[in-house]
Amino acid sequence: MASTIVEARGVTKDFGTVQAVKGVDLSIAPGELYGLIGHNGAGKSTLFKMMLGLIPITSGEIRIDGEPVNGPRFRETRRKIGYLPENVVLYDNLTGIETLFFFADLKAVPRRDCAALLDKVGLSHAAGRRVREYSKGMRQRLGFAQALLGTPRLLFLDEPTTGLDPGAIRDFYRILRELKGEGVTMVLTSHILAEIQERVDRLAIMEGGLIRATGTVQTLREAMNLPLTLEIAGGAGLAEQVGRVLEGIAIESIEEAGSVLHIRLPREAKMPALARLATLGDTMRDLRVREPSLEDVFFGYRNG
Amino acid sequence: MMGSGEWEVGNPPHRQPPTPCSLLPAPCSLLPKTNMFSIDFRQIAIVAGKEFWDRIRNRWVLAVALVFTAFALVIAYFGAAQQGAVGFRSIEVTIASLVSLVIYLIPLIALILGFDAVVGERERGSLDLLLTLPITRRELILGKYTGLAAALTFSTIAGFGAVGLILSPQLNLTALFHYAGFMFSAILLGLAFLSLAVMLSVFASDRTRASGLAIGTWFFFVLVFDLLILGMLVVTAGDYGGAVFPYLLLLNPADVFRVLNVFTLDEVRTLYGLATVFPEALSNPTILGGVMLGWIVGPLAVAIWRFER
Repeated sequence: MASTIVEARGVTKDFGTVQAVKGVDLSIAPGELYGLIGHNGAGKSTLFKMMLGLIPITSGEIRIDGEPVNGPRFRETRRKIGYLPENVVLYDNLTGIETLFFFADLKAVPRRDCAALLDKVGLSHAAGRRVREYSKGMRQRLGFAQALLGTPRLLFLDEPTTGLDPGAIRDFYRILRELKGEGVTMVLTSHILAEIQERVDRLAIMEGGLIRATGTVQTLREAMNLPLTLEIAGGAGLAEQVGRVLEGIAIESIEEAGSVLHIRLPREAKMPALARLATLGDTMRDLRVREPSLEDVFFGYRNG
Repeated sequence: MMGSGEWEVGNPPHRQPPTPCSLLPAPCSLLPKTNMFSIDFRQIAIVAGKEFWDRIRNRWVLAVALVFTAFALVIAYFGAAQQGAVGFRSIEVTIASLVSLVIYLIPLIALILGFDAVVGERERGSLDLLLTLPITRRELILGKYTGLAAALTFSTIAGFGAVGLILSPQLNLTALFHYAGFMFSAILLGLAFLSLAVMLSVFASDRTRASGLAIGTWFFFVLVFDLLILGMLVVTAGDYGGAVFPYLLLLNPADVFRVLNVFTLDEVRTLYGLATVFPEALSNPTILGGVMLGWIVGPLAVAIWRFER
C-alpha cells in the first residue's frame, strides 16, 4: 500500500487564458479525514474534478493509490473511489433501491449489498419509492449510499451535508467516523467551517488557485499566531480587578458584554495571564479559553 | 474487463520514458487513446438496459408503437380514398404511402428521442457522477445509443408488425417480404437519425440548443435537402452534374430510405415514372443498406470522438 493515497504534484489547470489551479502539491495519507476549504472560485472544485479524473490536468500529476486516475488501471482505481457530488442528481424515475442497483451494476458490486447500504443511511423505509418523491436530504443520503457502494477506500465528498437537517448531519459524521475506523480515506469540502473544524484530521486552505496552508486546525492556528480570547464571568468590580492583575501583559482588547469580559491576547501571553488570573479567587466565577475558530484562521489566510 | 496500456497520461514521472502523448502540449494529458480493446461490453449493456427500461416504463415505446399502428392502418385502408376507393389495395401502393409518412415521422421521433441523451445528463448534473464510475466515455455513449436504439426498434417492429399481422391474410409471401423489407429500412432510418441526435447531444452546450439543432436537422434532411437538389437541377437545367445528381441523394439518410423502398419495388418504380433515369447501383438494396449503415456509424463515431476530447 502506498504511504499516500492521494498525491498531487505541481498540478495546474488552465481554462483558456485563466489559470484556475496554479501549481498544487498535496498528499493525503490513508485513513485521513481531509478537509479542503476555500471560497467559491478558489479552485477547489476544479482540483476535486481533476482528482476524480473528470477534467484533464494541464500540467503536473495526480496519483490515487499510486496510479493516475485515468491511467491504464483506471477501472481498478475507480472502484476504490466513491464520490458524492454537491447537490447530487440521481434519476427521478427510479426508486431508491433501483438507483443503487444501477450504480452497483456499473461498479460490479453485488446487488445484494444495496439494501444494507440503504439501511446504513436511514432510507430503508423509502427503498421502493421513486426518487422524485424524495426530499433534498433523502436524495443526499441516497447519493451517499451510492458513494459507499463497493466499500471504497477513498471517498470524495463535495459539500456533503448540504440540505441535511442537524440530526442527519450528526448521523452523517457518525458514519464518517465508522468509515475512518475501517481505514477509509475521506476528502471533503465544506462551506460550513464550524461544522468541519472539530471533525477533520487535516485540512488545506485554497485561495486563488493555490493551497495557502495545510495542517491540523491547531497547527494552522499556531502558524497564523492569531490572538485567542479569554472569557471571564464574575461579580461586581471584575473589570477593574482583571485590569489590575493583567497590568504589564500585552493585551489586544478588553470588551465587557453583560457580566462577561472578553479579553483578546496573543497566544504567548496566555499562560502568564492565566497564572495571574488565578490569584483573583472568588471574584472570578468562570473562565473559558476560546481558540480562534477555523473561520478566523481561514479569513486570516485570505486577508494575510 | 479492460486490458491495460490503452491510456496514456501526460507529464509522467521522470523515471518513465516519455510517451508520444507526453511530448505533446498539455491538452493531450489524461485523454484516452482510441483503442477498441478498451471496451467493456458489460458496462454498455448496463447503461443500455437502463435507457431501454426507462422508455418501457414511461410508456414511450407503447405510445410510439400505437402511433405507428394507427397511421399505418389508416394509410392501408384509406390511402386510396382520394381516388374514390376505400379498403386495402396492393402492398406496393401501401408501402409507397407508408414511405411518405414514415420519412417525416421516424426522423422526428428519433431526433426527439436522442437529442437529450448526453446534454440532458450534463445539464441536470448527473453526468459527472457517471463519469467517476469504472466506465469509459465511449462505453457511456454506446450504451446510451444502444438502449435508445432498442426502444425505437422495438416500437417500430411492434407498431408496423401489428399492421403486418392484420394485413397478412391478404398478403402473399412476396408481399410479406416487401413489407418486412420496408420495416427493416424504417428501423435503419430511425437508427441513422438517432445517431445524428446523439451526435448533436454531445456537441450542444445545453438542452435548448440541442433541441434547436434537432429541429434544424429534421428541417434540413426532411424538407430542405430535396428542394436544394431540385433547385440546383432546375437552375443548371441539368447541364452540369446530371449524372451525379442521383448520388447526391445518398447524402441524406431520408432519401436513402425513400430510394430503398421506391426503387426496389417494380410497381412503384413505374408509378413514379423514374425507372429509366436512375443508375443501377441505386436500386441495389445491399449498397443502399451499406450507405444507411454508414449514416448510423458515422455520426456515432463523431459523437464518441468529440465526447472523448
